[in-house]
Amino acid sequence: MDFNLSDITGYLPLVILAAVVLISLVIEMYIKSAPKILPWLTVISFLGLSYQSLLTIGKPGSFFNNMLATGGHVNIFWFLFNFGGAVVALITIDYLKKTEIYHGEYYILLQSSVLGMMLIAGAKDLIMVFVGLELMSLTFYILAGFARKRLFSNEAALKYFLLGAFATGFIVYGLALIYGSSQTLNIDKLYEHFTFESKNIVGIIGLFLFFAGFAFKIASVPFHMWVPDVYQGAPTSTTALMSTVGKAAAFSALIIVVSPAFGKEKATEILTPLVATFATLSMVYGSITAIMQTDIKRMLAYSSIVHAGYMLIGLAAGNKEGIDGVIFYLIAYSFMNLGAFGLISVLEGKEEKNLAISDYTGLGSKYPVLAGLLALFMFSLTGIPPFAAFFGKYYVFMAAIRADLLWLAIVGIAASAISLYFYLRVVVVMYFGKDESKFEVTSSNPALTGIIVSALLVILMGVLPGSIIDLIAKF
Amino acid sequence: MTDYIYLAVLFPLIGFLINGLFGSKIKNEKITGGIGTAMVGLSFLVVLFSFIETLGLPADKRSRIVEWFTWLEAGGLKAAAAYQVDQLSLVMSLVVTGVGFLIHIYSIGYMHGDKAFWRFFAYLNLFIFAMMNLVLADNFVLLFLGWEGVGLCSYLLIGFWYDRKFDKGTVADASKKAFIVNRIGDFGFLVAMFFIFSYFHSLNFSEVLPLVANSELKPWVFEAIALFMFLGATGKSAQIPLYVWLPDAMAGPTPVSALIHAATMVTAGVYLVARTGIIFAMAPTAMMVVAIVGLCTAFFAATVGLVQNDIKKVLAYSTVSQLGYMFLALGVGAFSSGIFHVMTHAFFKALLFLGAGSVIHGMHEQQDIQHYGGLKKYMPKTYITFMIATIAIAGIPPFAGFFSKDEILWMSYANGGLFFWIIGAVTSLMTAFYMFRLTSLTFEGKERFDKHHVHPHESPNVMVIPLMILAGLSIVGGWVGLPKVFVGESGNWLDSWLAPIFKDATRKIAHGGFHSHFEEYLLMTLTVIGAVASIMLARHIYIKRPQIAKDVAESFKGMYKTLYNKYFVDEFYQKTIIDPLVGLSDKFLFRFTDAKLIDGAVNGTAKVVSFFSAHLRKFQTGVAQFYAAVMMITIVGALFWIILSF
Repeated sequence: MDFNLSDITGYLPLVILAAVVLISLVIEMYIKSAPKILPWLTVISFLGLSYQSLLTIGKPGSFFNNMLATGGHVNIFWFLFNFGGAVVALITIDYLKKTEIYHGEYYILLQSSVLGMMLIAGAKDLIMVFVGLELMSLTFYILAGFARKRLFSNEAALKYFLLGAFATGFIVYGLALIYGSSQTLNIDKLYEHFTFESKNIVGIIGLFLFFAGFAFKIASVPFHMWVPDVYQGAPTSTTALMSTVGKAAAFSALIIVVSPAFGKEKATEILTPLVATFATLSMVYGSITAIMQTDIKRMLAYSSIVHAGYMLIGLAAGNKEGIDGVIFYLIAYSFMNLGAFGLISVLEGKEEKNLAISDYTGLGSKYPVLAGLLALFMFSLTGIPPFAAFFGKYYVFMAAIRADLLWLAIVGIAASAISLYFYLRVVVVMYFGKDESKFEVTSSNPALTGIIVSALLVILMGVLPGSIIDLIAKF
Repeated sequence: MTDYIYLAVLFPLIGFLINGLFGSKIKNEKITGGIGTAMVGLSFLVVLFSFIETLGLPADKRSRIVEWFTWLEAGGLKAAAAYQVDQLSLVMSLVVTGVGFLIHIYSIGYMHGDKAFWRFFAYLNLFIFAMMNLVLADNFVLLFLGWEGVGLCSYLLIGFWYDRKFDKGTVADASKKAFIVNRIGDFGFLVAMFFIFSYFHSLNFSEVLPLVANSELKPWVFEAIALFMFLGATGKSAQIPLYVWLPDAMAGPTPVSALIHAATMVTAGVYLVARTGIIFAMAPTAMMVVAIVGLCTAFFAATVGLVQNDIKKVLAYSTVSQLGYMFLALGVGAFSSGIFHVMTHAFFKALLFLGAGSVIHGMHEQQDIQHYGGLKKYMPKTYITFMIATIAIAGIPPFAGFFSKDEILWMSYANGGLFFWIIGAVTSLMTAFYMFRLTSLTFEGKERFDKHHVHPHESPNVMVIPLMILAGLSIVGGWVGLPKVFVGESGNWLDSWLAPIFKDATRKIAHGGFHSHFEEYLLMTLTVIGAVASIMLARHIYIKRPQIAKDVAESFKGMYKTLYNKYFVDEFYQKTIIDPLVGLSDKFLFRFTDAKLIDGAVNGTAKVVSFFSAHLRKFQTGVAQFYAAVMMITIVGALFWIILSF
């Protein structure tokens, strides 16, 4: 094993974050003012790491006998995870106090989950993907059940854990089959040795099982059934984390492991229709079911399923434009969902009150800033320009059309049209409903900062999509 | 400084954001007005330094493209936020930011005390931002962003006092009219862009325009592009048949009329035609259309201007008429003369509007010149500056208007023919006449207002100083383009400066024919003598013998009424276009298509979707075992499919 100390600048973010996790543990145990220190330590280290990731974006490197790689797309993902993590931490600060579930572990688990995500995105080896995935998933299970005294939260954690373990089983079995058919777990070598012809049916089934396991993590139909229950039951700040950067991490694994198989003989023939079916089911089922939802978190859970479908279009297209489009989409989607969940967490009352869409009646006149921001995120989620998701959709649909999957793009557009209904219903309720909202909002400056930053990013990506997609496409 | 030209675009945007987002909180007029004005001032400085830098470069290096960032990219279309800094765009930007800056200063005084003072400055800044994009863009897409942006600001600012009455309707009606009429022109511009993209596969000036001259495309392509583009120009620059919005645009605050509806925005069409001059040069029929529409508009608007009584209406028709001159110049291939007139007109017409604003301000919002008279002793500074602008527009040397108008008249004679010159010259005489009718009725003669209730007063310095600066420019502004007959081929600075931009287009047109210096002297002398005569006539009638005007109006009653009612064009449009359209929309599009067809389809779809939704949600049982079973069944099904497909 060649181990070179000078390489450390490449994977420094991982080392730092691991160190931060350990330091936080110590602070939590021995220092009394930990509740004041931990949130800001988390925010600052996340911001620092996201900045560092952007700085080193142009320096590719590979470490530990080609277990890990950095530079290019990896750093873009690292930026997304850390910056998204910072926004989540900002949202969390006042939310934990309000719902009276403050424990220092929350921030430590948050840091650990982001560390896991970074391992997934940087992985060059299937074992590394798995280690990262487990680190992320286990922390998510705990975070989902963080409101220990609330029944819903417990239920969410247990369901998530049981079904998550089930999905992990598929992934591991898939890895075994891949290894059996190629005698390697290194992704580069895998695609050198792997044959995609008919005789390698075992390897292709392995790839599919791997994909299916991750389809669970990204919330794609028919592996979506946990999503509404868990998103609704988990504390809102946890939902914000799982539904955005968590989903992005799972997608990064698909991009690293599954996407190179496209364009290779038999594999394309088998995988493209399967992925396209998953995409279609997610878009159609998600958008139709979302219409009937009355709880805003549940509605956004179905919205998350629909968006997973849109992003799978980019994967199914199997070309470079598709992958670039998915990455753009992930960034866009993460920040608009972070903003939306952030606002929900601000508006949420004690004991899970004010979470029905009808509770938002007349919000527009009472809290114009909050309502305006929520409307902005709803417009963006619908895919109305000049906000980010419009261009995300545009890029993946274009990629699908180039890959002769016109029908898939048409399904996507039809689903967008249906989704207009349930997103804009929130806006209609806020602005056109009679003003009878009775609740008071305890404003939270950190959360509002995170939300406004997200809103700015959503606008920026909608106004200057060209520069950002250029940056992504460069690698 | 050229490398940082985007700052000139950015500053007004910053001003807009500050005033637009926080203006209602700041409230203090000194701060909001100061920010708005300073941002435009900074923008002007950037342009000025860039201009000075470019002056020092050799002629073939003066045109540069400064790319800022990629704006949008889709298929073969790539539009960058990139700015073309060259001789033409620099002249336009100097006028926009320079005159814009003065009008911002003036507005601090004029809008003092308005309840939405901050909003006014936010809109003005947004306008400058859009206008700078328009004149600096290096591609049609960005230009179109500016084009629509100025249209939006125009709409917002015409309707600034949306709750007031105007003419027979409200101010809001006037702003809607401006917006809708402009949409017709925008349609033309868009079609022209589609044509260009489908034939040249690009919308960047630097990729399209050089290809045009040696293009093998059929002539009708260029005719079509040029005519559709000209339709766009008639909308924005108020030419026949789409000029009707501009007189109504006077419903906006007077500084807006000066900035947007006289000095800058309305010249966007002229700029567009000049920028794409090479396309027009390939389309002789379209050029003829441009020249004739320009000439007719100039003449027609001047006749209406003769009898209007609202001070701003007179100036509005005067603007339409002067814009007609600019298109006449473009139509006969004298592109640099058109731009020259854009510049001088910006100076003296902005001054006229600001002067009118000063009068209206001093007369408590009275706009009817029949209720003015003898104001020169109350507001001497306004009077003197207003007179300077009037002499300039009347075409008396050595004031600015003389040089640009003379150049246009001469070029229309040399390239177009005697007929063009005669109509142009008669229009010029009418201009001198109605302008001196205006000044005589306003500043001289008997005081026709109620002295007990109206106390005319001079405006504060913050308003008067911009007037003085503009007055200076109205005098000397024309000296950059002295007639070639006096100073030789290279003596006309502006013409030589702009020549590289238009060289392909002028070579293509290449009007032959020799004209002697004698002809030019003769025509010039004739117009000047004519202008002086009209001035004396106007002063004689409206100061000494007002009875003559009444008698003439009485004896040509029919004609007077036609002119006073602007040839009944608005009524004609109402009957032939608007009423049938509204009828069709109401009965067919709304009651049948929308209410029955579309709503029916939408509601039907919604019912079907809700039906499915209500049933699909039953799958969500909440039982984890069931969820796991669904996963398992899916996997098994997919595996079967995979195995069977091998």
